[in-house]
Amino acid sequence: MLKQVSLFLENKPGRLAHVCRVMAQEDINIRALSIADTTDFGVLRLIVDNPDLAEERLKARGFLVSITDVVGIKVDDRPGGLADALDQLEKEGISVEYMYAFLGKCGNQAMVILRLNDNAKGIEIIKKCNMEFMTPEEVYQI
Amino acid sequence: MIWNQHIECMSREDMEALQLRRLQEMVDRIYYNVPFYRRKLQEVGFMPGDIRHLSDLSKLPFTTKQDLRDNYPFGIFAVPMSEVVRVHASSGTTGKPTVVGYSRKDLDNWAEVTARCLYMANTDRQGVVQVAYGYGLFTGGLGIHGGAERIGASVIPMSGGNTEKQLMLMEDFGTTLLGCTPSYAMHMAEVLEQSGMDRSRFKIKYGVFGAEPWSERMRKQIEDRWQIKAYDIYGLSEIMGPGVANDCDARKGLHIHEDHFYPEIIDPATEEVLPEGKKGELVFTTFTKEAFPLLRYRTRDITALHRETCDCGRTLVRMDKITGRTDDMLIIRGVNVFPTQVESVLLEFGEAAPHYQLIVEREGTLDKLTIEVELSAALFSDTVTGLSKLEARIRRRIDSVLGISADIRLVEPGRVPRFEGKSKRVIDKREI
Repeated sequence: MLKQVSLFLENKPGRLAHVCRVMAQEDINIRALSIADTTDFGVLRLIVDNPDLAEERLKARGFLVSITDVVGIKVDDRPGGLADALDQLEKEGISVEYMYAFLGKCGNQAMVILRLNDNAKGIEIIKKCNMEFMTPEEVYQI
Repeated sequence: MIWNQHIECMSREDMEALQLRRLQEMVDRIYYNVPFYRRKLQEVGFMPGDIRHLSDLSKLPFTTKQDLRDNYPFGIFAVPMSEVVRVHASSGTTGKPTVVGYSRKDLDNWAEVTARCLYMANTDRQGVVQVAYGYGLFTGGLGIHGGAERIGASVIPMSGGNTEKQLMLMEDFGTTLLGCTPSYAMHMAEVLEQSGMDRSRFKIKYGVFGAEPWSERMRKQIEDRWQIKAYDIYGLSEIMGPGVANDCDARKGLHIHEDHFYPEIIDPATEEVLPEGKKGELVFTTFTKEAFPLLRYRTRDITALHRETCDCGRTLVRMDKITGRTDDMLIIRGVNVFPTQVESVLLEFGEAAPHYQLIVEREGTLDKLTIEVELSAALFSDTVTGLSKLEARIRRRIDSVLGISADIRLVEPGRVPRFEGKSKRVIDKREI
């Protein structure tokens, strides 16, 4: 399982830049990110090379941070590659709460981060279907 | 026009003699009929016969809103319920309302003082009075209603809301005086301007507005937009309801009906009585109320008193327009709101209440309340739907506890400013 750093941010100018500046100062590299937002606030989700340090440093700066377990998978980088993977999960009743992709690819594969309603069961299914996982080491050291 | 020349223009000497007699009777009454007051008076070693001068009042204990809460609902009533012909109630700080009772005589006196107010607003039996204050537990509607009937005006008991219909009947029935909150008067003016109705077909000339604080600036706006004369009517349900005081054409403050309601101004910190003209907290003692008499009730409203004879000829003491409060109570759309009510709601969502701030703004003519709530780690979920649901749950609880709707905005920790360890709970941006 991968550790995702989740942050609560108000929709105000400069908040996102502030987070990124903190990460830069701590020499933490952002591997993937997504933002979900409303008009008033947003949730920033980060995959970084050192999630524990990121959590600690962001908390020290007063940010509201939590660590969420997410699953990283590799899918064939072709039309339908992601659809095939998601079909497998859906068949077993696992739903995706949110997902986002890495930029760039690994060989001929695209990389996707999933937050599932049942991470443990989701992992079993992914294994059963011979989908490839992204290991923490792999992600943190891209 | 003066409704009760005898009282309203009475010499200071005669007024004080009347007040002293009524104070003595009142203290007797509460001493013998209200255990709560008997205890309070005994605690300061006071016996009914001890009042020889009006100034002796300053030795008597105060009554606070907390006392009313502690004696909910009827604990301070001075007559049996068989003598109580009506109750009203206002919103309290903790969900339980503040309850007030009236005997038949009390309603009679209420109509008398409100009649005086309407006369001050140039309205007599020829008048057509449209009451757009709420009717019900709130004292506004029935209070004005009673005074208007007393002077023999024709009353249109509209209650609040339904603005288009208010305007239609105002035109059709030939309303001459409108009674409502100043913010609702502004709203009605706006709707009238947009409606394309012809103002020249309306007969309205006067308005009595109150139940929430408003400035001279707002008075001017209402007068310009409505082309009427606007009068400030003051009251609070604990003392009676609307009609405790009202301003006259001289506009030098609001005449307090001091033969019924005796005002003092105190320093809220030291509780010392302040001299005439000094600003402080307004305190009322009700002389004539039978069902729910109050001794030195602390209104938390800030004003000053003036006793020289008014240009209108009245000798009744005048109070300045209310300039603020000693507590953090807000009046939003006519509803009393205490920050502690918000705190009690937020406590339902976690072990410790998160930091929060109330922001009140006036959008167009209506007040808008926004509550900023600092999100805590315990409440944080990393999905937007989760957070939106949390917002919605808080909003529903706030609606039901405050009785008015508010926008809930989740903010990052540390965003609500703190002063000396305490959050600044209220930002009132209304220019009133």
